[in-house]
Amino acid sequence: MDSGFVLIAEQTVSISVPFFLAALGGVICERAGVVNIALEGIMLNGAFCQVLVTYWTGNPWLGLLAATAGGVLTVLPHAVASIKFRVNQIVSGLAINLGAVGITKFFLKIVFDSSSNSERIVGISALNIPILSKIPIIREIVSNPLILIAIGLFVVIQIFLFKTKWGLRLRAAGESAEASVSVGINVVKIRYFACLASGVLAGLAGAWLALSQHQFTDGMSGGRGYIALAAVIFGRWKPNGVLIASLIFGFAEALQIGLQSAGIEIPTQFVQMIPYLVTIIVLAGFVGRARPPADDGKPYEPA
Amino acid sequence: MKKFLLFGIFVLLAACSGKVSQKGSLRVGLVFDVGGRGDKSFNDSAYRGLEEAKKNLGIYYEFIEPGGGSDRESALRMLASGNFDLIFGIGFMFTDDMNHVAKEFPEKKFACIDYSVIPGVEIPQNLSAIKFKEEEGSALVGAIAAGLSKTNTVGFIGGMDIPLIHKFEAGYKFGVHFINPKCRILTAYAGITGEAFKNPAKGYELAVSQYKRGADIIYHAAGSTGLGVFEAARNLDRLAIGVDSDQFEDGFDEKTGKAHVVTSMIKRVDNAVFETIEDALNGKFKQGLVELGLKEGGVGYVYNSKNKNLILPDVIKKVEAFKKQIIEGKIKVPKK
Repeated sequence: MDSGFVLIAEQTVSISVPFFLAALGGVICERAGVVNIALEGIMLNGAFCQVLVTYWTGNPWLGLLAATAGGVLTVLPHAVASIKFRVNQIVSGLAINLGAVGITKFFLKIVFDSSSNSERIVGISALNIPILSKIPIIREIVSNPLILIAIGLFVVIQIFLFKTKWGLRLRAAGESAEASVSVGINVVKIRYFACLASGVLAGLAGAWLALSQHQFTDGMSGGRGYIALAAVIFGRWKPNGVLIASLIFGFAEALQIGLQSAGIEIPTQFVQMIPYLVTIIVLAGFVGRARPPADDGKPYEPA
Repeated sequence: MKKFLLFGIFVLLAACSGKVSQKGSLRVGLVFDVGGRGDKSFNDSAYRGLEEAKKNLGIYYEFIEPGGGSDRESALRMLASGNFDLIFGIGFMFTDDMNHVAKEFPEKKFACIDYSVIPGVEIPQNLSAIKFKEEEGSALVGAIAAGLSKTNTVGFIGGMDIPLIHKFEAGYKFGVHFINPKCRILTAYAGITGEAFKNPAKGYELAVSQYKRGADIIYHAAGSTGLGVFEAARNLDRLAIGVDSDQFEDGFDEKTGKAHVVTSMIKRVDNAVFETIEDALNGKFKQGLVELGLKEGGVGYVYNSKNKNLILPDVIKKVEAFKKQIIEGKIKVPKK
């Protein structure tokens, strides 16, 4: 039997993954100037697409592709509404979240003839890397291809945002759309790209949930998209900050699970408050300054 | 969209009410819980009761699957104002709505499954408030868990942290300790909102935590969250106990051919629905609180050809003796 510490550490990792993937999507989107509260809905649809395609083809990797495609399709209306039609981004994001609950339920009933859960699907088999797969905590990370993908995406996005020309342009579009346009940056195109990228990432977060459960359950995103939003703010719109934030939120939950199992009662209510409490504290400026991209949430209106 | 759907149903119902209803046959309306039909559990069980009543008693029925919280009361009111004689609400969430609507339509009969008694609030005269003694069924599966545990540690995972689920926990603990007073029991709840009943990822992590801390069998009372418990049981090759209906299939591993759900605590919602309809037909409609326990066949555990070889005959003998004592009233299972 592993010690309680190892157990909590390993659970922290697996609980954090969906927060992190979705939050990474949130970072790209908000850095380009589009607020994306639709993460929750994208995740749910991503999970459903994962299950649907894996169920039909028997191939979880095709399912993964479908999950990202589903994520992109889900975020598309939000992108069009907020970029082209310049509607309130909170409203259109919320619409997506509400719509996702209905649409997944609808298709669940049509395809699986159930209102609550799908048939079982095959998962992605664990990797067995010699030596590494024996070390506690490390084994949790290296044995799971999806976690490796998440780490890869983290590195790519961190470099993209802060070391490349395109990353600079993306950030510029989020800081000041007008100034960016004046130097010849295509803000509209960049914002579309950022939105769709967030669809891919949040779709992957949903795929993670579906794959670890081997099925889809109605409403299985369970508010994780909102915690991811909190992680975006707590992580100050930076990939590495978001990584730490996701791990902290994951740790809070793993700790609460561990304490409950160990018979030490701390109220569930308290632990579930933590992500939101932390977000408020950060937003209120108690821990350094949280400054969102200046043009975050502001539609760009060509003169 | 929900509103439109509801409106659509309303129009449909209005159209139906135009038809002449056959005299003598009861018209039953039923509103499902949030999960709706196809949940393979609670709601499906209620639906089976309806179907059976239609087949054997020749009643006419219609049902509504509400989308969210605010739709419940309007759905009940819609049925009550139509020409239905008996209206069911499935689930404890209906308690308040039922109290209101039943008072508004004193000439109609109502039945609420899993009614939750609120101290100081009177149950309307025309309402059959049906409750199950989940603690009694849970005590039996607790006895099975204690009988099967090799590590002397068992687990309980609840969905939403509310008195209704505490009943499951209390009965389970009582049953475990009845068989083995020294058995350790790990308990956990998934959350404090309705979402806690449909969060399998959380159920998985809770179960992994309990299994890795030595539990070799976990009983869940957590709706879809429990599917995560079964997933953990499959992954770590441990055992679990289902709830509400027979969940044997949900915990079956097709790859290894191994079963992980040894038994399930079942709530006979189908029987309750059928019997309420039957009573209403025979003019014996029960008003007020109706409690269904082991004695009334309202709760029980699964023991059939599928899971027979998972439970030692020795354990079954002890459980049956325990059951008899509860039915005879010699043992009283605590509710909290």
